[in-house]
Amino acid sequence: METLKRYLRPEQIRELSLVFLIVVTLIFFGTQIEGYFSGRTFNRITTTVAIIAVVAVGETLVILTRNYDLSVGSIVGFTAYFVGTQLANNNGIAPLAAVLLAVGVGAMMGLINGVLVSYGRVPSIIVTLGTLAIYRALLVNYSGAKTVTTDSLPQWLLDLARANLFKIGELDFRLMVGVALALVVIFQLVITYLPFGRRLYAIGSNPEAARIAGFPTQRIVTTAYVLCGMLSGLAGFMFLARFGNITVVAAQGMELSAIAAVVVGGVNVFGGSGTMIGALLGALMINTLEQSLIRWLQISEFWRDALLGLLILLAVATDAVIINRLRNLWARSGLQARPATETPGVQVLEEAGHDA
Amino acid sequence: MRNLRRLKSWEGLLLAILVVVVVNNAVQSPVYLSVENQVNLFQLFVERIIVALAMTFIIINGEIDLSVASVMGLASCLLAFLHEQSVPMPAAIVVTLTVGVIVGAFNGFWISVVGLPSLAVTLAGLIGYRGVARILVEDRSIGNFPEWFNRLGQQPLLDPLPLASIIFFILLVVAVVVLQYSAFGRYVYVIGNNREVARYSGVKVRRVKMMLFIASSTIATLAGLLLAARLGAVRGSTAEGFELDIITMVLLGGVSIFGGSGTLVGVGLSILLVLNLRNGMSLVNITSNTQTGVIGALLILSVLIPNWTQDARSLLSRRRRTGHTPVTGEEKGG
Repeated sequence: METLKRYLRPEQIRELSLVFLIVVTLIFFGTQIEGYFSGRTFNRITTTVAIIAVVAVGETLVILTRNYDLSVGSIVGFTAYFVGTQLANNNGIAPLAAVLLAVGVGAMMGLINGVLVSYGRVPSIIVTLGTLAIYRALLVNYSGAKTVTTDSLPQWLLDLARANLFKIGELDFRLMVGVALALVVIFQLVITYLPFGRRLYAIGSNPEAARIAGFPTQRIVTTAYVLCGMLSGLAGFMFLARFGNITVVAAQGMELSAIAAVVVGGVNVFGGSGTMIGALLGALMINTLEQSLIRWLQISEFWRDALLGLLILLAVATDAVIINRLRNLWARSGLQARPATETPGVQVLEEAGHDA
Repeated sequence: MRNLRRLKSWEGLLLAILVVVVVNNAVQSPVYLSVENQVNLFQLFVERIIVALAMTFIIINGEIDLSVASVMGLASCLLAFLHEQSVPMPAAIVVTLTVGVIVGAFNGFWISVVGLPSLAVTLAGLIGYRGVARILVEDRSIGNFPEWFNRLGQQPLLDPLPLASIIFFILLVVAVVVLQYSAFGRYVYVIGNNREVARYSGVKVRRVKMMLFIASSTIATLAGLLLAARLGAVRGSTAEGFELDIITMVLLGGVSIFGGSGTLVGVGLSILLVLNLRNGMSLVNITSNTQTGVIGALLILSVLIPNWTQDARSLLSRRRRTGHTPVTGEEKGG
C-alpha cells in the first residue's frame, strides 16, 4: 500500500481507471458486435476522437482557469464553413494559408471571449453562452443558407483527410490523428513545465490569491481563451477536411461533447486540476461509447446523450467524493512521490518565485 | 442602499429602452399595438417566460439551472410517448408532472446534499434529459393529441387569454408574494448574498436549494406540457436552446449572476423588452437566427454594462478620497 502510494497520485489512479473502463467497454462491445475488432472500428473511433481531442485540449486550458468556453462548437462550425467557402471560391489557396486562416479566425473569436471574460469581468458562462449564439448567427448570415459541398473543395484537402502517417496491418494511423496526439503531448508539456501552464493551475485553484500574488491574471486568462479559439479553429479545418459537406449547423453541440470529454477525463470543473492526457482519455471514452452504440443493435443510438449526461454526472461526483478522499489519505500519510497537484496554487507560487 | 439605487436606475434604463422599442415597432406596423398582436406575441414565448420566473429564484440564490430547456423537451416528449402508448391523457399529464418533480429532486440531491456545483450538474442534465427525450421519441414527430388538449394550448380560455397566459399570471403573483413578502424569499436572497452567513444564521440552506430546484424542474415540466399543447406535435429537439432566452430574460432584468440581488419587476420589464425586440425584428424581416444572435449580445451587455458603471463609480470615489483604495466586490469566474 505504501509503495503504491509512493508511485501513484490520486489523479493517476483516476486516469488508470479510465483506461480500464475504456478497455472494458471495448471488450464488452467486442463480444456484442460481430467484426468489432477491425481496422474500420479503429479508424472510425480515432478520426472522430482527433477532432474532439483538439477542441478538448483548448477547453481544458480554459477550464483549468475556472472558466468555461461554451462557444467552441460555433467557432468550429464557423471556421469550417468560412475556410470551406474561401477554398471553394479559390481552389488555389495554399494548404498552409488555409490552416492559418482557420487558426486566425478562431484566435479572433477566442480573443473576444477572453477580453470580455477577463477585462469585462463578465462570468465566462454568460459570455460564451452569448457568443455561442452570436458566432452561430454570424455563420447563418454569412452563408445565406447555402452549403459547402465536397466537390467544390480542392483535391488536396480531401486527400488530407485520408492521408496516413503509417499503417500497421489493417490499422491506419491518419495524419490528423497524429496531429491531435502531438497537440495533446505538446500542451501537456506546456501545462506541466512552462510558467504559463503552472499559472493556469494557480489561477484556477484560487483566482484571488493568484491576483494578489501579482500574476497578470487577466492576460493569462485571455491567452487561454485565444489558444482555445485557435485550437477550435484548427479543429474547424479538420472538420472541413473530414466531412467536406458543411452546412450552417456544422459542429452544433460540439461544445457539449468537448466539455463532456474534459470532465469525464478528470479535469476539475472548479479549475485548478486536470491533465491533457486525461482529457484525451475522456474523449476516447466518449467516442468509443458513441461509435459502438451506433452499431449495437440491443439499444438504439438515441441512448447516446442520456448515457453521456450520466457519465458526466458520475465523473463530477467521483471527483468530489472519491478523489478528494484519496487526496486526504495521501496527504495524511505525508507521502508525495511528486509535488501533489492538490495545492498547485502553493506549488506554483514557489516556482514563480524562482523564475521571477 | 446604494445597491438599491443601482437597481432602480437599471430598471429605469430598461423601461426607457422598452418605450423606444415599442414606439419604433408601432411606427413600423399599424397592427402592432392591437390586443391580438400583443397576445399572440406573448403566446409565442409564454412557456419560456414561465420558466424565467423560476430561474429568477435560482439565480438570486446564486445557482444556475442550465437543464430547464431539456426538462421542457423531456416533459413534452414523455407526454407524447405516453399518449402514443394509449395512456389516457389526464394520467399521462399526472405522470409527466411527477417525473418533473423527481427530476428536480435528482438535480437538487446532487447540488444541495452532495454539494456539487449546480453548473456541472445541470450541464449534465442539459445533455442527459435531452437524451432521455430522444430515447422516448427517437427521430419521430408525435402529434395527434386529443382535441381538448390542443384547444387548451391554442384557443383562448378567458377571452383573449389562453390557458398558458393565465397560468403565467397566477405564477407571477405567487412568485412576487413568495420572493418579496415571505420569509422563504428572504432566505433566497440571504443565501445568494452569502451562503456561509446564511448557514450560521440558522437558514436551512440545503432545504431551500432543494426546494428551488424541485420548483424549477416542476415549472419547466409544466411549461413543456403547455408547449406540447400549443405546438400540437413534439420532436426530440422540442425546446432546444431555450435556456439562452430564459437566462437572458433573467439577467437582463438586473438579477446578479453572483446571486443576492434582483427583483421580479426588473425581470418583468426585461421579458417585455425581449418580446418586443424579437417581434420588432420579425417585423423588419430579421431572421430568427440573427435574433438569437442579438439576444446573445444582450445577454453579455446585461452584465457588462453594470460592471462598467460600477468601475466608473469606484473610479470617481477613488478620486474623491485620494490615498484610499475602495473595496470593490470584484468577483471572477463562475
